[in-house]
Amino acid sequence: MRKLKLVMVGNGMAGVRTLEELRKIAPDMYDITVFGAEPHPNYNRILLSPVLAGEMTIQDIILNDLQWYADNGITLHLGSTVTGIDRQNRSVVATGKDGQRIEVDYDRLLIATGSTPFMPPIPGKELPGVLAYRDIKDTDEMIDAAAKYKHAVVIGAGLLGLEAANGLALRGMDVTVVHISDWIMERQLDRTGGKMLQAELENKGMKFRMNAQTAELVKGESGRVCAVKFKDGESIPADLVCMAAGIRPNVELAEKAGIYCNRGIVVSDTLQTYDPRIYAVGECANHRGTAYGLVAPLFEQAKVCANHLAMYGIGRYQGSVTSTKLKVTGIDVFSAGDFSGAEGTEDIVLHDPGMGIYKRLVLKGDKLVGTVLYGDTKDGAWYFQLLKDAQDVGEIRDHLVFGNAHLGDVGHKGNSMAASMPDSAEVCGCNGVCKGTIVKAIQEQGLFTLEDVRKHTKASSSCGSCTGLVEQILASTIGGAYQPADSNNKAVCGCTDHSHGEVRKAIRANKLLSVAEAQKFLEWKTPNGCASCRPALNYYCISTWPHEAIDDPQSRFINERAHANIQKDGTYSVVPRMWGGLTNPTELRAIADAAEKYKVPTVKVTGGQRIDLLGVKKEDLPAMWSDFAAAGMVSGHAYGKSLRTVKTCVGSEHCRFGTQRSMDLGVKLEKMLFGMWSPHKFKLAVSGCPRNCAESGIKDIGVIGVDSGYELYVGGNGGIKTEVAQFFCKVANDDEVMEYGGAFIQLYREEGYYLERTCHYIERVGLEHVKKQVLEDASQRKALHERLLFALQNYKDPWAEIFEDKSGGTLKREFEIIKV
Amino acid sequence: MTDWKKICAVSDVPVLGSRVVDSEAHGRIAVFRNSADEVFAVHDKCPHKAGPLSQGIVHGKTVTCPLHSWKIQLEDGQVVAPDVGCVKHFPTKVENGEVFLAL
Repeated sequence: MRKLKLVMVGNGMAGVRTLEELRKIAPDMYDITVFGAEPHPNYNRILLSPVLAGEMTIQDIILNDLQWYADNGITLHLGSTVTGIDRQNRSVVATGKDGQRIEVDYDRLLIATGSTPFMPPIPGKELPGVLAYRDIKDTDEMIDAAAKYKHAVVIGAGLLGLEAANGLALRGMDVTVVHISDWIMERQLDRTGGKMLQAELENKGMKFRMNAQTAELVKGESGRVCAVKFKDGESIPADLVCMAAGIRPNVELAEKAGIYCNRGIVVSDTLQTYDPRIYAVGECANHRGTAYGLVAPLFEQAKVCANHLAMYGIGRYQGSVTSTKLKVTGIDVFSAGDFSGAEGTEDIVLHDPGMGIYKRLVLKGDKLVGTVLYGDTKDGAWYFQLLKDAQDVGEIRDHLVFGNAHLGDVGHKGNSMAASMPDSAEVCGCNGVCKGTIVKAIQEQGLFTLEDVRKHTKASSSCGSCTGLVEQILASTIGGAYQPADSNNKAVCGCTDHSHGEVRKAIRANKLLSVAEAQKFLEWKTPNGCASCRPALNYYCISTWPHEAIDDPQSRFINERAHANIQKDGTYSVVPRMWGGLTNPTELRAIADAAEKYKVPTVKVTGGQRIDLLGVKKEDLPAMWSDFAAAGMVSGHAYGKSLRTVKTCVGSEHCRFGTQRSMDLGVKLEKMLFGMWSPHKFKLAVSGCPRNCAESGIKDIGVIGVDSGYELYVGGNGGIKTEVAQFFCKVANDDEVMEYGGAFIQLYREEGYYLERTCHYIERVGLEHVKKQVLEDASQRKALHERLLFALQNYKDPWAEIFEDKSGGTLKREFEIIKV
Repeated sequence: MTDWKKICAVSDVPVLGSRVVDSEAHGRIAVFRNSADEVFAVHDKCPHKAGPLSQGIVHGKTVTCPLHSWKIQLEDGQVVAPDVGCVKHFPTKVENGEVFLAL
């Protein structure tokens, strides 16, 4: 088949991103020709501000060098301006860099002409020394002027204007920012935030003229601009005037070709113009009435457009909520959504002028609709997520303004202000990654997403507790280009576009009984998935279809395959179960014997009230298990996304304060739940009285005995980020604890996403939802509890399964070494 | 001359799984079988922090190390970008359902 011809007009970030996406999914479908008016390959326009500020060089911000175009077989015409589109004959005509005429046919045309700065109609705007701030050429001219002249005036105090002013000030110029409104960045900040920012910039030496209308740019003796004159008659000296009064979509070419434009080239949800062979993406496109000027939405458009060009046609672009971040080193500003204070909205405000902190959250009902953060923006990404997902925040209103990280984030000294952190500050305590390393990777590798940063630097890729901080560094480095992933629709991994929710639904609706079946049905992009999606799929199959689905050991992490915990040196740790934390001399003797017999180097008491034997060779595991079985012990599942332990205090059996028999109930719960696989590890605790010695407040289910019965708490977590469990209900006796607790667990097992702890699950679906299912509807509760019991019936100790090996050796061979 | 050593039957290696071979000359070698019944062998030691690759999850022609999730291409022992490194790779062949390793 003849290759189709794709021509792209414009060589900027949105357009080239579309080509990159297209090369990923349909590398051979098109012969591609690109026209770029600038003499440079695709570069990161957002990072022109750091270039102007002297923090980066042009070379640093090139995203695709010439080699990339060559490697991908793309014909590139740099310095070439497209002058016309002939839609009848499907060709474009351009003037090349040496003035020659170039004509190229197309089957599909992609217009990505971006935007041009708006030049207000002020007399003198054509004078030398007056320029806009848009591309490398403008930046070079400004750098040049900064070396020769003293006075700079920036007209317009939006994002771009302030970044330009900051850059010029850093290059030693005396800068005055002229703005028409009451406060700066009025589209991104409210009055308070704007005034705080202005004060801070004034401290840095910048001057401001507010409510000022420019009347004229005055010509000096040399012919160059020399002053700015205002309507009130005053004037200030200016050797350089930078116009930053907004941008206009570049539609001239499209309009000339008769394509419908209205404040941008009007496009559909598939980024097609009124001529379906012609697409438009980026700042030149008007989608549902909005022409976006930030990079993040443009990248989303690029993805959908590429998908459609590749003739998959499943993607739709439905608009974006955008957030703003100012790239002025040392200043943290963040805003998102609608904070105009419209009718029916309420404000939650925290304002500490002394610390330079201002946080304003705008709520409509129980949903967050807008936010402005100044000084401390670490929770910006989190708020943005809540806003985009339209999550119900009613339950957390009382502490919403203190952010997501207000308690328990450990391992990075509670650092919060990313922009003011020194480069040497450690961000990721697990992998020892400093801020400087992250910033460098973002800039040099052109990273835009948290995933990319994790891959390249390992920061926040282990325990994840520094995720917020890494997101903040990402946001402060690339500014508006950063957009957190949509948590509800995030793809499981790179092997698919489906989200966890969609996958779960499909497995249930279509009775998919194995990993392979699910991958086939859901059209997985890779032959066998990867180490991220396979364990998730396996869990979804076995939890949705117990006793019917095929449990694939090769889709489980090694710990669940070897039924022990792998250690850094490749040995394993073995934890026999001690029901409710209780043991006896026979068990202890068996443990002591095994430790000697298998030369176990370390024996340790765990936090879950049992004993860990560390440093066991894999070959020795089946024999050791067999020895434990002889003493009546079974697997403790200390290695699994499964029931771990039920921690207990001694309770009324012995304790003089105890009100309930906590050990007894703990053993019963643990026996009920033995062998339960769950989205993530699952821990319980039972305390015999409100003194709560078993630490029920930080468990997935915590039970606290009171004189009249038990209180149940859910969603606690003592790990990475301490989460205090939330009160769930009060019940009368042991049976009710098992029923209510069991129903909660089953709901989590059926609805939770893989690797989502109960606290995150509850945060996602809301405690109200859980209460409705388990507490309000008695028949639903009983059904959930029964489904749990059904799933767990006839569960056999996995250790015994292996050392008995009724399959004739295939289970045991995992543990055998072949000698040659 | 290549010394082809018979290891085991292909069916002794689980699909998308591995076996560990202990060789006096080379130490531990991980032998993998993928879903297309291709067999690969690499040193059982991740170039990152010496994790036992044999214990990882196999997908396509790649294994993910169980310790810190580095991905290693089984055909040549090269680490998948953005991580960098390589692990010694051993030629394999399958004849009459038996796996041979060039040591």
